[in-house]
Amino acid sequence: MESGFASSSKGFMENVDQPHVLAVDDSDIDRKLIEKLLKNFSCKVTTAENGPMALEFLGLGDHQNHSNISKVNLVITDYCMPGMTGYELLKKIKESSVMKEVPVVIMSSENIPNRINKCLEEGAQMFMLKPIKQSDIKQLRCHLMNCRS
Amino acid sequence: MEDNKVLRQQLATMRQSFFDEGILDKHYVQVEELEDKDNPHFAEEVMTMFFRDSTKLIATVEHALEKSPCDLPKMDKYLHQLKGSSSSVGASTVWSAINKLREILKDGDIERFKTQFLCLRDEHEKLKGNLEPYFQLLRQVGPVETAQRPM
Repeated sequence: MESGFASSSKGFMENVDQPHVLAVDDSDIDRKLIEKLLKNFSCKVTTAENGPMALEFLGLGDHQNHSNISKVNLVITDYCMPGMTGYELLKKIKESSVMKEVPVVIMSSENIPNRINKCLEEGAQMFMLKPIKQSDIKQLRCHLMNCRS
Repeated sequence: MEDNKVLRQQLATMRQSFFDEGILDKHYVQVEELEDKDNPHFAEEVMTMFFRDSTKLIATVEHALEKSPCDLPKMDKYLHQLKGSSSSVGASTVWSAINKLREILKDGDIERFKTQFLCLRDEHEKLKGNLEPYFQLLRQVGPVETAQRPM
């Protein structure tokens, strides 16, 4: 098992039998779908229905608690959420000294180039268009396994 | 066992008609493909969640339309949510009807909106009316493995 937080020199799935993914989406239908998709690819999944709850789980919320840092290997979040958007969540994660190496993937039902570029520039690993298919998760896995930062 | 075979054929025909009529699309197939022995009713669960939301949202928009003046941004918010979930589950005629509705909303033409809203409501009822008996029959017939066990 890796110690500390997700190492920047390793790919997301490498050396990790059951990667732990935090999936964030305000739609419970989409949460159910993404959870099953990820579980089918041997991931352990935690879901959150909004940005603040995701940050809380990651230990970046109001109660700074870093017990989940070493556990989460990937964050996958919807872009359009009420309150904190997926973009804002991405920024908060990348601004954090302890969580910034964790890959963040953004999902959206809208194919807006400005939005996509904005997320990638802010450090998102990938942008995926909804509805998410099995082949998208497969591609995600391949992409992150080859990723070396 | 013979009865089961006939029912299975009926189910297959029903299911194919959903795709032929375009009320469901390939994204629904993706949902079906997530079923496994630990989650044998996954598609039904997802569609139940969808109808729970869609019925509520349609009633909310209908109610909002009765008010004057209509809160257009609020209605668009609800429609955006419904558009997302209908896309995720492959409810394509419902999705198309919502898109048309949102376009009309941009123009602010309340009368045209009301007409198109009735279309959305009809498509939604049609989908529900088709899927409910389908899932009932599916539960009756059971998962494929059961049917293939030798007598």
